[in-house]
Amino acid sequence: MSERLDVRKTYKLLVGGAFPRSESGRSYEVLDAKGRFLANVAQASRKDVRDAVVAARSAQRAWWSLTPYNRGQVLYRLAEMAEARGRELAEQVGRAEGIRATEARATVARSIDRLVWYAGWCDKVAQVLGGQNPVAGPYFNFSVPVPSGVVGVLADQASSLEAFVDAVAAPLAAGNTVVALASETRPIPAALLGEMSATSDLVPGALNVLTGRTGEVAPVLASHEDVDGLDLAGADDVFAGELAALAAETVTRVLRGADPQDRGLKRLRAFVETSTVWHTIGP
Amino acid sequence: MVEVSPAPLRLVVDDERALRPRPGASVPVVESEAQLRSLLRGLAGVDAVGAEARAAKLATRSLKRETKRAAIDLALSMVDLTTLEGADTPGRVASLCAKARRPDPEEPDTPAVAAVCVYPDLVATARAHLVGSGVRVASVATAFPSGRASRAVKLLDVADAVAAGADEVDMVLDRGAFLSGRLGEVFDEVVAVREACGPAHLKVILEVGELVTYDNVRRASWLAMLAGADFIKTSTGKVAVSATLPTALVMLEAVRDFAESTGRLVGVKAAGGIRTTKEALRYLVVVNETAGSAWLDPALFRFGASSLVNDLLLQRRKQRSGAYARPDRVSVD
Repeated sequence: MSERLDVRKTYKLLVGGAFPRSESGRSYEVLDAKGRFLANVAQASRKDVRDAVVAARSAQRAWWSLTPYNRGQVLYRLAEMAEARGRELAEQVGRAEGIRATEARATVARSIDRLVWYAGWCDKVAQVLGGQNPVAGPYFNFSVPVPSGVVGVLADQASSLEAFVDAVAAPLAAGNTVVALASETRPIPAALLGEMSATSDLVPGALNVLTGRTGEVAPVLASHEDVDGLDLAGADDVFAGELAALAAETVTRVLRGADPQDRGLKRLRAFVETSTVWHTIGP
Repeated sequence: MVEVSPAPLRLVVDDERALRPRPGASVPVVESEAQLRSLLRGLAGVDAVGAEARAAKLATRSLKRETKRAAIDLALSMVDLTTLEGADTPGRVASLCAKARRPDPEEPDTPAVAAVCVYPDLVATARAHLVGSGVRVASVATAFPSGRASRAVKLLDVADAVAAGADEVDMVLDRGAFLSGRLGEVFDEVVAVREACGPAHLKVILEVGELVTYDNVRRASWLAMLAGADFIKTSTGKVAVSATLPTALVMLEAVRDFAESTGRLVGVKAAGGIRTTKEALRYLVVVNETAGSAWLDPALFRFGASSLVNDLLLQRRKQRSGAYARPDRVSVD
């Protein structure tokens, strides 16, 4: 009997609900924590960033026009998908981060719990971040939180899944769409989460996951005029400063130094604008 | 009212593929339907697979840096900025004219577009807003887009547009007559409209989506050119299938062959469904490789489009600043 051929997986990008190889056709080798070959991963180019931002922009209205309750259900569905493929996630997190299996499983569990936590927030953002304002007149004045729009996420370089989930689920919960650049050296858990999102009823394009060289792609994302918010978790101080300067060209909101272990609302609050609505008092 | 004379046609180009009409070439005089029929039947059939393969091959060419910048500006200067909606208002036409004169006010060196294309009743409005700009006024006529009206009504429609100051008239070919083989009728109609146009340029819309085959596209192109069209145009933009790269290729071959055998240069207008810079540049490549560089001129090649301009402007900004531009930085039409 002949030996079975290996079926090796190349991890691809997630852009607009589809899984293209990079527009450039490039890929790069990803190694595990001990330096052994893990997999080939698509290496995004600046044109992939452009395509992802276009996809995110066109999905934003559709994602925000879902009811908040429905958005919560979709994020919860993503948690269900992650739970079902938890073993695969744990294996990849373990190999990427070089941690023991029990530790990796605990990390995956925390990540999924975090996703559920944000799913719950979808229909509570308005109550907590919005409000009624006192006015000197016979009418109401409401503050309503609305999403910034398209958020670029430069995901944490070390924490391959937990920090990634925190960085993408928060803007999604607030109604933004996301273009996320996964950790350069540990991109596989993020790519897996992207695969799961495609079967979670997420609006195609609401979450786009790019893998590639951070130094090459991040400046394109930061300088893109159509990106409304930028989370720079995955850049060191110097690089984050350069990216923030690029983003400042179009007054992009920038979030720096948010701690993934912080269980507060910092990330949820980061990419929300306040819209003020006037309303008459009834008879 | 400012009279904009049609740009002179250029025959001399410093290109190794320069056009060389046959000695003694002239446009044949069509005297009978039988003669026209045999002339059109005598045209070689189009190799459909070959045309599609050639178009697909040319579509893989990529333009970089200076070439791309020049091509974007050229494409902009070839656009017939079009609004053909039942909901068109004088205000909308006025804002379109402002955009035609100065497509990107933040980049003053952006070239103006070639023309503004409107329905006949809005020609006067467009004319008034384009005075002194060099931007021409084009008008669709002859019961656009279906062409289903009597000859008299069509000619009145044309006369109306020309009287209101249209520099260019876009007529629709009578596809019904063409497809049922009444070629003489189609020919006579184009000749009559050509006369009614007077000094205005005549563009004949073939509506390739309704002609079905490439052979028909080639024959209709020749028919229109023999009848005196200054331009042949792919589509109205009002049917499901509009301009495609292979059809444009077939039409460009027709104008090239026509120029070689008659010495007369006819322009091509690709209209409908061209929305991105990438697509527009592919058309320019096909123009250059098929008809030759003489056609890389607003006098001989046009894009009929509306949303294409915004994408050209965004790409132009990207070429300048290096950063991808935001779509709401240019006007939403």
